[in-house]
Amino acid sequence: MKTLEELTAVKEAALKQMASKMRILVCCGGCTSSGSLKVVAEFEKEIAAAGYTDRVEVVKTGCMGLCSQGPIVVVQPGNTFYSRITAENVHKIVIGHIVGGNPVKELLYPETIADPEKVLAMAETNFYKKQMCLALRNCGHISPLHIEEYIATGGYEALWRCLNEKKPEDVVQTLIDSGLRGRGGAGFPTGKKWLLAAQQKETPKYVICNADEGDPGAFMDRSVLEGDPHVILEAMTIAGYATGSHSGYIYVRAEYPIAVQRLEIAIEQAHKMGVLGKNIFETGFDFDIELRLGAGAFVCGEGSALMTSIEGNRGEPRQKPPRSAEKGLFQKPSLLNNVETYANIPQIILKGADWFKSIGTEGSTGTKVFAVGGKINNTGLVEVPMGTTLREVVYDICGGIPGDGKFKAAQTGGPSGGCIPADHLDVKMDFDSLKKIGSMMGSGGLIVMDQHTCMVDIAKFFLEFTVDESCGKCTPCRIGTRRMLDILNKITMGQATMDDLDRLEELCSHIQQNSLCGLGQSAPNPVVSTLKYFRDEYIAHIVDKRCPAGVCKKLVRYTIDKSKCKGCTLCARNCPAVAISGSIRQPHEIDQVKCLKCGACMANCKFGAISKG
Amino acid sequence: MKTKTLPFDGTPDQEAELKKVIAELKDQPGALMPIMQKAQAIYGYLPIEVQRMIAEGTGIPIEKIYGVSTFYAQFNLQPKGKYRISVCLGTACYVKGGDKIWDALRKKLGIGEGECTSDRKFSLDSCRCIGACGMAPVMMINDDVYGRLTVDQLDSILDKYN
Ligand SMILES: Cc1cc2nc3c(=O)[nH]c(=O)nc-3n(C[C@H](O)[C@H](O)[C@H](O)COP(=O)(O)O)c2cc1C
Ligand code: FES
Repeated sequence: MKTLEELTAVKEAALKQMASKMRILVCCGGCTSSGSLKVVAEFEKEIAAAGYTDRVEVVKTGCMGLCSQGPIVVVQPGNTFYSRITAENVHKIVIGHIVGGNPVKELLYPETIADPEKVLAMAETNFYKKQMCLALRNCGHISPLHIEEYIATGGYEALWRCLNEKKPEDVVQTLIDSGLRGRGGAGFPTGKKWLLAAQQKETPKYVICNADEGDPGAFMDRSVLEGDPHVILEAMTIAGYATGSHSGYIYVRAEYPIAVQRLEIAIEQAHKMGVLGKNIFETGFDFDIELRLGAGAFVCGEGSALMTSIEGNRGEPRQKPPRSAEKGLFQKPSLLNNVETYANIPQIILKGADWFKSIGTEGSTGTKVFAVGGKINNTGLVEVPMGTTLREVVYDICGGIPGDGKFKAAQTGGPSGGCIPADHLDVKMDFDSLKKIGSMMGSGGLIVMDQHTCMVDIAKFFLEFTVDESCGKCTPCRIGTRRMLDILNKITMGQATMDDLDRLEELCSHIQQNSLCGLGQSAPNPVVSTLKYFRDEYIAHIVDKRCPAGVCKKLVRYTIDKSKCKGCTLCARNCPAVAISGSIRQPHEIDQVKCLKCGACMANCKFGAISKG
Repeated sequence: MKTKTLPFDGTPDQEAELKKVIAELKDQPGALMPIMQKAQAIYGYLPIEVQRMIAEGTGIPIEKIYGVSTFYAQFNLQPKGKYRISVCLGTACYVKGGDKIWDALRKKLGIGEGECTSDRKFSLDSCRCIGACGMAPVMMINDDVYGRLTVDQLDSILDKYN
């Protein structure tokens, strides 16, 4: 393939092919864990049985975002949206909708049939209508297994234009002008990074994609890799051209086998199509990409540790300077970007820096994908313009907190991030606003917590993570985080004093200032931010020996409300420790010394007379 | 009951396969991790005997290989069960009660982290996010993912493997 006309011809043929059939899109991203592969197989069987094989195509797509409603099935044309589909439902859909032409109402996503007059399309529902998808623009819409479908959406045109119409420095300038900042955590201006790499004289240079996605609770990178792998290949090749590199590595975490498989397929197809490898688009430019698998070490998401790991070593970070733009992988100039960062780049090239800048805020242009999880109705991936408020994401898009839950805090940025309390629900979600209130964007993990979450326990949870994942190279991180965890353990067991709290804060600032890499420097953040906003909860644990959320086992007290207790004896009969006493039809009492805090009494009480706290 | 370190029982076929992998990869820059990953795929784990073969085949000192194998959580120095259970204790799963699933499984199977039942059927590990957070809490048994778990479902899930 050489000319734009040839690329356009592939595009048009693919569009025609896609429009010629009815398409049943089945989410095979996260939904595979709720059984979508069985749904695909069943559709194929039923379509064949109905004799519709040449009229209907079943497409395995990447993540469609609304994971809590999976497996999701979308029928085109119309973008009719079925949720929580099992193999047993498939026959009905094929007979009713595919053959009969009438959507099967009882299986549709409930919101789409609220109006009896018409069925809403997927994009018109609350979850989707406020979103704006740039990085995820193809996820869930195309087959990640066919390069033609990526080309149908304008894929590889940006690369063609770079190689044929733009000088490397123009490409870098476009990125600088766009204001794009790294989506992997630090928010470093991407154009500046590319410029630095382009200026290096030494060769060879390397272009690397950070697909280690270590923040537990974030899965947007996984979705891009699984749903739209070619965008990463295209963007990395553009990076190679702009910075003068001919060799790229994608470092993928080993927990993502489907992503690895789809990338392998994509690389092979891109080679065949002549858009990767030697003499790309017959311009004489060579660029190739290799995959490297991580092996389960969080610190390997850090740039210098990632490079050490690709070299085949223990993934320990290096002292900086020198920066990796000068001496990175194999001691050569290297450019590292995150998956979501790359996913924005072909669009920026095609539509221009001004277009990108018009989205988001002045300091944080474009969109951000958040992986919303925890105590929230709609869990899944949400992509919104930077500067959208937390309230809009939690309530308008994700439908608020389930049951009797009340929003207590949202945690962003994972183990390096902080929490946002209810007072700040109107904070704009962009790099600078989040930093100002002591949280951070991080990779975009967003975990919502309600009144049943104990903030001290959550801080402890993250500290346990860091202690486990500290690589051990520098002392403040290796030993300091351990001491912090000791103190948090004491607090949650009711054995701490207020002096311990002072020491905890001292340790925080010491570790932040003296650790070698970002892991240690940011490890105290969850503690610092919970102390800032939920100090009274720490004090309740320390002074009153009480866990207000009723989570910390040692501090939980089960008590019987005498006015509600009917003396039915059910609790006493269920107590494994024989800690409950009382006569029949008289209020009962719990012996706090004998109580094992198992909660069996509370679970069994029919009168809601037992509370914990 | 915990499994003690079992005697290494690699076959000549496995050894030949490993040698082939080493010959194929060893001249690439940074070949050690890919070789170790393939070796683990062949043997299921990386006992010291296999590490020694890699050292001999590549000329990389055994102490470096051991250092790498103990650094990364994915390299197993002990054999795993026929069914590898891995419970996610990542943030999204923790907030949704992943720890309760974990405690229940430990009790049911009578084993702890990294251990294997005495019949070598199940081994139990915790992991940090498999990217199925929308379905939290989740666990994996070999390659099958189970989401939106509750403690009540565990017996019937384990039964499938019995
Ligand atoms: C402990 C630690 C873990 C990190 N994990 C990741 C990760 O999983 N994925 C990622 O893209 N960046 C991660 N980063 C950030 C990278 O160091 C780096 O800033 C980023 O990959 C650069 O790409 P970007 O500029 O496109 O964001 C991590 C940083 C630290 C300190
Ligand atoms: S936190 Fe459990 S799958 Fe992500």
